[in-house]
Order: sequence, then structure tokens, then C-alpha cells
Amino acid sequence: MTNTLRTPYDGVVIAAPVTIPYMRYSIESAQWWIGRALNAIVAQAGIKVSDIDGLCVSSFTMGTDTGIGLTQHFGLCVRWLDTIPLGGASAIAGLRKAARAVQAHDADIVACVAGDTNHVDSFRLTLENFSRFNQDAVYPYGAGGANASFALIARNYMRTFGVTREDVGRIAVAQRANALRNPHALMKAPLTLEQYLAARPISDPIHLFDCVMPCAGAEAFLVMREETAASLGLPAARLLSTIERHNAFADDPMQVRGGWAMDIGELYAMAGVKPDDLDVVQTYDDYPVITMMQFEDLGFCNKGEGAEFVRQHDLTIDGAFPHNTSGGQLSVGQAGAAGAYLGLVEGLRQVLGTAGPTQVRNASLALASGFGMINYDRGLASGAAIFAGPSRW
Amino acid sequence: MVEPIKPPRRKNPLLRTRLPASPPRARSRTSHGYTRGAAEGRFLLQRCEACGAFAYPAREACPSCLSFGLSFVDAPRRGTLLCETTARVPSDVYFRERTPWRIGLVKMDCGPTIVTHLHADCVEGAPIRMSFQLDKSGQAVAFAHPEGETPNMADDKQWREMTADPKFRRVLVTNGRSVIGQEAVAALKGAGAKTVFVGIAEPWRPFAGEKLLRGQDGIEIVTLDAADEKSTADLAADIGGKVDILINTTEYVRPGGLLDRRGTSIARDEIDQAYLGFINLAQAFGPAVRMRGADGVNNSVAWVNILSVYALANWPAFGAYSASQAACLSLSHCLRAELRPGGVRVLNLFTGPVDTEWFQTVPPPKVAPRAIAQAIVSGLRGGLEEMYVGDVAEEIRQRLAANPKALERELDR
Repeated sequence: MTNTLRTPYDGVVIAAPVTIPYMRYSIESAQWWIGRALNAIVAQAGIKVSDIDGLCVSSFTMGTDTGIGLTQHFGLCVRWLDTIPLGGASAIAGLRKAARAVQAHDADIVACVAGDTNHVDSFRLTLENFSRFNQDAVYPYGAGGANASFALIARNYMRTFGVTREDVGRIAVAQRANALRNPHALMKAPLTLEQYLAARPISDPIHLFDCVMPCAGAEAFLVMREETAASLGLPAARLLSTIERHNAFADDPMQVRGGWAMDIGELYAMAGVKPDDLDVVQTYDDYPVITMMQFEDLGFCNKGEGAEFVRQHDLTIDGAFPHNTSGGQLSVGQAGAAGAYLGLVEGLRQVLGTAGPTQVRNASLALASGFGMINYDRGLASGAAIFAGPSRW
Repeated sequence: MVEPIKPPRRKNPLLRTRLPASPPRARSRTSHGYTRGAAEGRFLLQRCEACGAFAYPAREACPSCLSFGLSFVDAPRRGTLLCETTARVPSDVYFRERTPWRIGLVKMDCGPTIVTHLHADCVEGAPIRMSFQLDKSGQAVAFAHPEGETPNMADDKQWREMTADPKFRRVLVTNGRSVIGQEAVAALKGAGAKTVFVGIAEPWRPFAGEKLLRGQDGIEIVTLDAADEKSTADLAADIGGKVDILINTTEYVRPGGLLDRRGTSIARDEIDQAYLGFINLAQAFGPAVRMRGADGVNNSVAWVNILSVYALANWPAFGAYSASQAACLSLSHCLRAELRPGGVRVLNLFTGPVDTEWFQTVPPPKVAPRAIAQAIVSGLRGGLEEMYVGDVAEEIRQRLAANPKALERELDR
């Protein structure tokens, strides 16, 4: 059976990108961080709490809460509600669902929010309880924390395509340069390629600067129709296209591509743009090798050419291919599910021209991608979105 | 290439004893299909009854055809190591203090991909032989071995975590008067045990086979009457901190069930020797054994019980004896749970009638004491938890699984 053509996202916009600055450790709860983000988004959008009639939440550390508990907790009366437990793909998935909800008038203003706390031992507990396959067949091998699992994927990918640590390191080094311009990034010190290469091994070939630092934080944005944004006088970005895919290429013995590769044609066709047209790209960088894989799967180069692409392109804010302009999770920190939102929220600021010190000049067209849920031996969830700022309307 | 392990040096009593930690223990209920197989050294995978596809990790429906008829079957063990990594900074305490630790991803010839612990001689791209082993948490984990034999194979650091190899370890055989006990001493010495302590009640009384034990290098006769609480406590006070493997060879076999006996005196003896003897041994030696589960090359690793297979199904001709064995079997499960925090495994060997005088009237096949001794060694080396020694034990196991009621009727003869 072939898929039918999808309805475009005509009239759907995204607004009010919010980041609650991250902390390495927090004694507060995930609910505290999510509450902060909702408070900030209401203030930034100049709306009343009661104007929010849709809520979409992602978090690993809310304990027994899901979205429904948060409605009463924060005094929200919504007519559309979703809880999205898709890890690094949560932001794209949430955006997609919220977009259809406002398009169909099931809701007028959907707040999409992700937040997690990071207590001293909460990361380990999240790992322990990640998924059934992880519990049964990965965690017992000391491979919790995804480092060992991604080490296997990275080693195989690097060997298959002749990628060196230097190649991968360029991504991490460029992101650190970007992060130095972002006052909220947890990583404050410059990183050279030499330092990257000399870092402590974690799980070969993953070394320290290939890993994200777990932290606490929250991110949020609003999804609404264009006329709603206009009536609120709210700057907004148009949603042009999205894709989402789960458990793609199950027959590949090891993961060398993500689900994007199945849907990439549709992503650009629906948006009516080419990869070259993009002004800024925000990939999901839980490990730089996964970013390199995305450069291929998102159509910036062919499979196996990621290393060459990285060698040929300056990935910093002022470079020819501005990428993960906030510094990404590698340098800002990974605030649990908020890590999925980091790139999308930063991309929104970019096309709205409000990114401040990390602003790419004249950015109007952005792509953000997500990747998540290493359930057993591979990341299962992938997604991407293309959106355009007002200067391009 | 595995370097042979070196004999451990004398323990420095001033240094802290490394305490046992447990690898992650949580599993889905379905996953215990692997545990069941690993306990007996079998390699079981789920296979779809509808389409024949093998699946891993444990599922509730077939990922190829969604049929829910998945059963655990003996599966081909051959696969290829696709990729490996060496974890150096794991978040789990158990692995953290055992780094570097190698794991890999194996593509099985029969289909599934398995995340697995690796023997040091496994090479990327080369064929491997897979097994499920019980780790220090007592749960099944996949372990990839090189396809052929390699030098010092059993000395591999990661493999030794999965086994209870007697090499360089100190063993207590609780009853050296029995033929099984004496064969066990010889087999364990032959397997490289550093010292075998042999328990003898009233050692001044001569006994058959004494010459094989007394004055032998690495064999120490100690005074032990397991049925006597004070005797077990006294011996534990002496050598409790040096028992790495305990082989409970208590043997008290008397024929008869209920109606052919008068009174409870023989039953009392059976309970005293087998059941209370077990409790005495556990209370005397268990705490130190559990405490020393991570104490270096010669850490405590195993407790072995030799049980009658009629612990599983009563044999009326030896009915009261069967019941005493069933009681011991039940205790062994309790002991297994209580030793678990130490990572110490409890190996139960089930045997049919042994070729000794108390089974004189029983027709063959009977189990040779030497076969039991060899099974002890191979069970320890393979890291097993259940073994069925000899044809009778194996047959009872199968008949019990097939139809317990049929077995009950047919043992009544």
C-alpha cells in the first residue's frame, strides 16, 4: 500500500520560543521546571493562562505524573492534551500533533513544553527504567547511559565509511565555539580539536567530548494558527513541513542510517525548498557521530560522505553552514526531554531574529531534527521540521 | 589472548575486603526463559511457532508475523561479532569497579542480534559461539565465546565472573566419609583447587578411603559433623573465611516410606542429617561466604548441594528419604535467595540412585560417585545452577515436565 499525499500545514505557525537556563544539578522537581517554562511562555506571548487550550508535555522525571496531572497542577483548562514520551524526537512529534490540532480547530493555542530535573542520582534511575528491551537486554551489560550502545553504532559507522575521530571532532569543536556566544550554555571553556582527541575514553570510540552532560532545564513554544498570532501581535514562524518515523530499517544489522532517510524526499517537497536553501540547521546531537549521520540522511550529502561534508563546511554561527547555533546538547547540556526541544526552540529564535548573541545573519529558513529512544540496539524515533520566519513569508 | 591468572597471595588482613556488588537485576517475566535455560547450560531463544523466525530480546508476539505463539527452544549457538566496545566509565557500580569491560553486538546465524558480554578472544568479524550465563545477580546474560578453544580460555576475566571455577579456590567438602565425598575431593584437586578441606565426623574413627585423603598435598581433614550445630560453628570459626566453594555431600539414605516403618526415629535421623545439617552449614558458613563474594581471585563463588532427584517427585520405596530431600531442595532455594547479594551461586545436582550400598536392592542404571564428582566440576566451570546427573535423573526431569501425575502413578510400584 502506498502512502497518500499529506495535507500541508497551511496557516500553522510556531511562536514564543522559551528556554529556562539549564543547571547541572537541581534540587527542584521536573514539575518546577515545566511550571517555569509555562510561566515564561505566557509572559513572553502576552496571553492569559486561560488562553492556552492545548498542552503537550514531554519529561523523563515527572515521576507518576503525565500531562493530565499538570493541568490541575498549573491551573490549565485545556481541550486538547498529549504526553509524548519519545525522548529526542519529542519536540518534532509534539509539534506535528499540535499543528494538526490547531489546524482542525481542536485547539487555538497549544503550549508544547519539555522539562526535566537532574538530581544527583536521577540520571542513573532514568537509565534503569528506560524501556523493557533496555532493562532485559542492554542495561545488564553495563551499557546503560547509552554510551556503550552508541559506541557500537559509532564504531561500526566510522569503520564502514572510513570516518576518523578528527572528522567527528570537528562537529563538537564547532558547537563549542557557538556555545561560547550563548550565555546559557553550561560549557564555558573553549575546546580545541587537540583537546577533543586527547579526552578521556568512555566507551571506545566514544570519548568525553562525544558525550552530553545531563542537566536540568526546560524549553517550550506555542503552536497556533496564523490569524491567532496576528491578533495577538505575536511574531511567529510558519511550519512548512515535517516528517516522523519509528523503527525504520529494522533489517539493517546495525544502524548506519536513521528514519529520516525514508522520508527525506517528502520533507523537502512539502516545504517546497531544497537543502541548499536552509539558512540554519539544528540536528539532534546526542553524539556528534549521530549528527554526521543526519547530515547524510537529511540530504546535505550522500551516505558515507558525512566526514567529507564536515571537512568542507564551517559549522559555526558565522560559517557557511550554521549548525546547532546555541552550542547544542554537547555544549549547552542535555536537560532530558528538553534536549529534544533545544534545537527547535533555537531554530525558532533564529528565524524570528531573536537569537541575540548566537543570531545567524538574515536567517529565515531553518530545519530542526530529532532522534531518540535507543530502545535496544539503535535509535528508533526520528523526525524533522522545516519552518520559515516572517521575512520569508 | 588470555594471560593465565596467578595464584592469589595471602590475604592482607589489614586491607578492606572488597564487598560484592550486583549487576542490574530487573528483568521482564518473559525474559526468565533465558534464566531457565542458563541455569542448565542450555541456549534457549524464542521461536515463532507460526513462521519459524527466532526473536530476541524476549517478546510477547513475533516481530515477523505478530503471531503470539512464541516458545523458548534450543537454538543454534553460532553467530558473528559485528562490533565491540570497551566500557571504561559505566554508570553501574558493579561494572564501574570491573572496567575495562568489553561488550559487543552479535548477529546470530539464526537471525537475531544480541548485545553480549565478550570473551577476550572474540574478534570482530569472526564467528562466535553464544551461551546464556547467570551473572552475579543470578540473571541470564548473553556471553560470546570464540568459536574454538584458545589458550587459558577459562581464565578470562569476564568469563570468570560468570563461573565458579575451582582453580585456585578453597573448597570445603562437608562429608569425606562417603565415596561421593572422596571422589569430589579428587576431582576438585584435579580441577586446580588450592585447598580442599574435608569434613570428617569423629576423625579418630578409621574409615574406608582414609589413605587417599590423609597427608595429601592440598587436602586438609577437618572435624565436621554437619548435624551438630556446635561442630559446624567451631569449624566455621576456624576456616569460615577461607571457604570459596562449599560442597554439601551429606548423605543419609534409608529405605521405606510411612506404613512400613514404626515411629519417627529414622525420619528424625533423616531430618537431623540432611535438613538440619543443611541449616547448620548455612548458618555457620553462609554469612562469610556471602560477604566474600567479590574478594579477589579466590572470592567465594558457589554452594553445591547433591540432592536426590526424588526431591522433585516422591519415590515411595524411599518415601521418607524423598521427603527429606524435598525439604533440602526447598531450603536450597531459600539459600540461593539469601546468598544472592553476595553473587554466590547455589548449584543443585540431582541424581538418581547412586552405586553405593544403601541402594543395593535397586536395579541399574545407577550413578557412579565419580560421575557426580565430575559433574560438580563441570557445573562449577560452566556456572550452572541445576544439573541432572545420570539417566534416571534426566528421565525423571523429562517425565515430570511431561506429566507430573503420570510420574506420580508410575513411581508407585
